[in-house]
Amino acid sequence: MAALSINNVCKTYANGTDVLKGINIAIGDGEFLILVGPSGCGKSTLLNMIAGLDDISSGDIAIGNKRVNELSPKDRDIAMVFQSYALYPSMTVRENISFGLEIRKTPRAEIDATVKRVAEMLQITHLLERKPGQMSGGQRQRVAMGRALARNPAIFLFDEPLSNLDAKLRVEMRTEIKLMHQRLKSTIVYVTHDQIEAMTLGDKIAVMKDGIVQQFGSPQDIYDNPANLFVAGFIGSPSMNFIPATVVQSGSDIGVKICDDNGCVVLPLPHDKAKLAAFVGKEVIFGIRPEQITDARTAHRDGLPVMACHIDVIEPTGPDTLVFVSLNNTKVCCRTHPTEAKYPGESMELVFDVSKAVLFDPATEARIV
Amino acid sequence: MFKNLTVGRALVYAALLLMAIYYLLPLYVMLTTSFKSLDDIREGNMLALPQLWQGGAWSKAWAEACTGVECNGMQGFFWNSIKMTLPAVAISTLLGAVNGYVVSMWRFKGSDALFTMLLVGCFIPFQVVLLPMAQLLGLLGLANTTAGLVLVHVVYGTAFTTLFFRNFYITVPDELVKAARIDGAGFWTIFLRILLPISGPIFVVCIIWQFTQIWNDFLFGVVFAAGESQPITVALNNLVNTSTGVKEYNVDMAAAIIAALPTLFVYMVAGRYFVRGLTAGAVKG
Amino acid sequence: MSGSSSQGSLHALADRWLPKLVLSPTLAASLIFVYGFIAWTGWLSFTESRLMPRYEWAGFVQYQALFENERWWTTAANLGIFGGLFILFCLLVGLLMAVLLDQKIRAEGALRTVYLYPMALSFVVTGTAWKWMLNPDMGLQKVVVDLGFTDFTFDWLVNPDMAIYTVVIAGVWQSSGFVMALFLAGLRGIDDSIIKAAQVDGASLPTIYRRILIPSLRPVFFSVLLILSHIAIKSFDLVMALTGGGPGNSSDVPAIFMYQFAFTRGQLGVGAASAMMMLITIVAVLVPLMYMETRSAKRV
Ligand SMILES: Nc1ncnc2c1ncn2[C@@H]1O[C@H](COP(=O)(O)OP(=O)(O)OP(=O)(O)O)[C@@H](O)[C@H]1O
Ligand SMILES: [Mg+2]
Repeated sequence: MAALSINNVCKTYANGTDVLKGINIAIGDGEFLILVGPSGCGKSTLLNMIAGLDDISSGDIAIGNKRVNELSPKDRDIAMVFQSYALYPSMTVRENISFGLEIRKTPRAEIDATVKRVAEMLQITHLLERKPGQMSGGQRQRVAMGRALARNPAIFLFDEPLSNLDAKLRVEMRTEIKLMHQRLKSTIVYVTHDQIEAMTLGDKIAVMKDGIVQQFGSPQDIYDNPANLFVAGFIGSPSMNFIPATVVQSGSDIGVKICDDNGCVVLPLPHDKAKLAAFVGKEVIFGIRPEQITDARTAHRDGLPVMACHIDVIEPTGPDTLVFVSLNNTKVCCRTHPTEAKYPGESMELVFDVSKAVLFDPATEARIV
Repeated sequence: MFKNLTVGRALVYAALLLMAIYYLLPLYVMLTTSFKSLDDIREGNMLALPQLWQGGAWSKAWAEACTGVECNGMQGFFWNSIKMTLPAVAISTLLGAVNGYVVSMWRFKGSDALFTMLLVGCFIPFQVVLLPMAQLLGLLGLANTTAGLVLVHVVYGTAFTTLFFRNFYITVPDELVKAARIDGAGFWTIFLRILLPISGPIFVVCIIWQFTQIWNDFLFGVVFAAGESQPITVALNNLVNTSTGVKEYNVDMAAAIIAALPTLFVYMVAGRYFVRGLTAGAVKG
Repeated sequence: MSGSSSQGSLHALADRWLPKLVLSPTLAASLIFVYGFIAWTGWLSFTESRLMPRYEWAGFVQYQALFENERWWTTAANLGIFGGLFILFCLLVGLLMAVLLDQKIRAEGALRTVYLYPMALSFVVTGTAWKWMLNPDMGLQKVVVDLGFTDFTFDWLVNPDMAIYTVVIAGVWQSSGFVMALFLAGLRGIDDSIIKAAQVDGASLPTIYRRILIPSLRPVFFSVLLILSHIAIKSFDLVMALTGGGPGNSSDVPAIFMYQFAFTRGQLGVGAASAMMMLITIVAVLVPLMYMETRSAKRV
């Protein structure tokens, strides 16, 4: 196990594309780091650079206080699980798992013991003599994990390891990975598209876009305090509502003006007045998560602003019913209790929990409050 | 409706059968002629079966027929072709495998350009290299030797074999090599332990392709090898076009079949791979 | 500690240099034997070389000699006739057979084997076989005459006006099966649901082929054209074995011209010039074809 630090790392490919532009991330020994971001933002590239599979254009990567820039993958003491699993097609599961140990000249008896231990842990003992072509996707995924676990490396690297599994299996494996991390206390860097995986697995999340880390922090911190419009929209499902609105002064309160077909209300904001004052009369983007617009029963807090809204569509999900309304000509999603939700065409009283709402500057997309 | 359908199908089958006859006719004529006596050939019909089946033409073609001044039949040249083809196929295939491995799995700055540069070798008319090659072989003392021909075939065959292996390895996910590198395997270990075990099909295709190309070659043989060391295709041409004495068509045909046997054998045994080789050669990188 | 790290950078170094090292012999060979030799031949074509190579610049004398040589123009015309007809008939026959074979034919495997085996043969063998079949005294002509058509003549092989067409017959025999295989593979590669959709739309089978399937074989057409024109321009062995370029020079092609001038007549310079002309012809044919192919590939 070891800490990992990434300092000012840049990557420019031979064809001139700047994929990474100064990445700074540091995690401690035993931490679980998630890299999320849209397709093509450079997550795999960063992972490959940590692994030593891609050259670092500038900057440093250190594993456990040791700069590894020039080390080959073999000497970095890492293991990696790929999205396609990359099992060696001509080898049996046993050979796949023991290959890395064999190359490192581990004694035979030790290899056998390790294969046995790993196979038992992942419940693939009965598959040991099979070839990858004779297994299901889920089984292959386990073998790929096994191959990484056998080596007991300083850092595990996972590149979207669950994205080729069906939904049910993915949830199961997610829990297993979490259990494994809790048991082994290993340092893990985990790339994913799936923001539920990101929220549930990570100790730290780095949200990336355009080769830049947009925000780096704990999952809850990123959820509650997104640094900008992109992060706010990327994390959370259904995603945060972005309502274009004007900041207005009403009495001693400063709030945002929200309208639907029935009329307008001003939602007073409990945020820092000094910061808000500068935006009075200006257009902003008002960000509020679906669970912060709800029915009176769910909200069970008094003193929050209420507005009667015209319902366009409802989507029951089981535990909640998502109610869609139009505010400032924008489709807005609200999470309500199933028994409280009304039907399309009807009007419904919605409670706005503005304490966690956020404002963004429409021009820079940066957070205002 | 149903009746129309069957008439249509009958026409289709008839057309296909007619074509089959067109393709088979030369083989049939070659075979029957080779078993006929010269009198039979002169008096009888080309399409008729031999009146008396006799193998004399075959033994003559193999051991006594004249190919120019020598009259030792095709046997020596058959072995020449074997001695030329086997090493040339082996070397060019192995080189192609390693080259294909590099240009697909170990791409570096400029490797794509270098590969394109190699590919040009597949498209040039060989006439454009004949004169310098003859000079060079002379300088190296390899003119008119089997070794010289092996060199020529390896040099100009490697572009094709590289293309074959590159097109095969490009379908193997990069991640396989990445996983192996992380497991600690180096350049050769990855090639030998990970890629070679899955390369069986492409080796078969490549070997068959190279074997037919090199065995059937005439141009390099006629230019770079003469007399003793010429390959069988050149000997066959000399035998057929020798204008001394009576024209022995039965011997010509037997000799032609002897020259064709190895590649026909490969085609019969591994036809599936043969077709794949041809079509793979058709898809350029 | 330092030992392991220096060994580590050794690994990194090996992985960095080994691929280039491994590729370099082939690259060197390509540089010398392809590019170097083309340049060498090019240079020879601008010298006065005759029996022995000479390397003093002499300008365009050899090209002048080449263009004033009537035989060269005969070979060019023959290449045009042979190339055009060879490609045309290979395409027609190959496409027809592919479409017919695509009709869920019972013995498809066997028929394919029959159509394709000529491709395994050497052009010399093909030439030898057809030379015998087309022989006017004892070949097909005699067969037809024996059937009672006593006036029938089929003497193309010895007729200076027609000899080049016998090369076409033998060439098409040898290569059309291969064209068939490519087209068939193309037809089989087309998504089944397209055909089903067309059937649901009520299109008849001929219409489906004419309007949907054959147009979607466009990329295959390009590959086939590329290969066939390549075969045609290089053709040497077939003509040598079948007609030897005769009667006279009537069925001569550039490849034979080049061979004879360079290697049997001791006219290296003219031989080199004709080789360069062949190279130029191939470039002139292949480059536009490849360009069109990559363009059509992008559009699909
Ligand atoms: N060898 C290369 N040469 C040039 N550009 C490349 C190369 N490899 C990747 N890229 C580019 O770098 C960018 C980042 O790629 P990367 O694979 O890291 O994305 P990613 O975040 O992992 O995406 P995904 O979520 O789809 O896996 C992409 O725009 C890609 O096109
Ligand atoms: Mg990726």
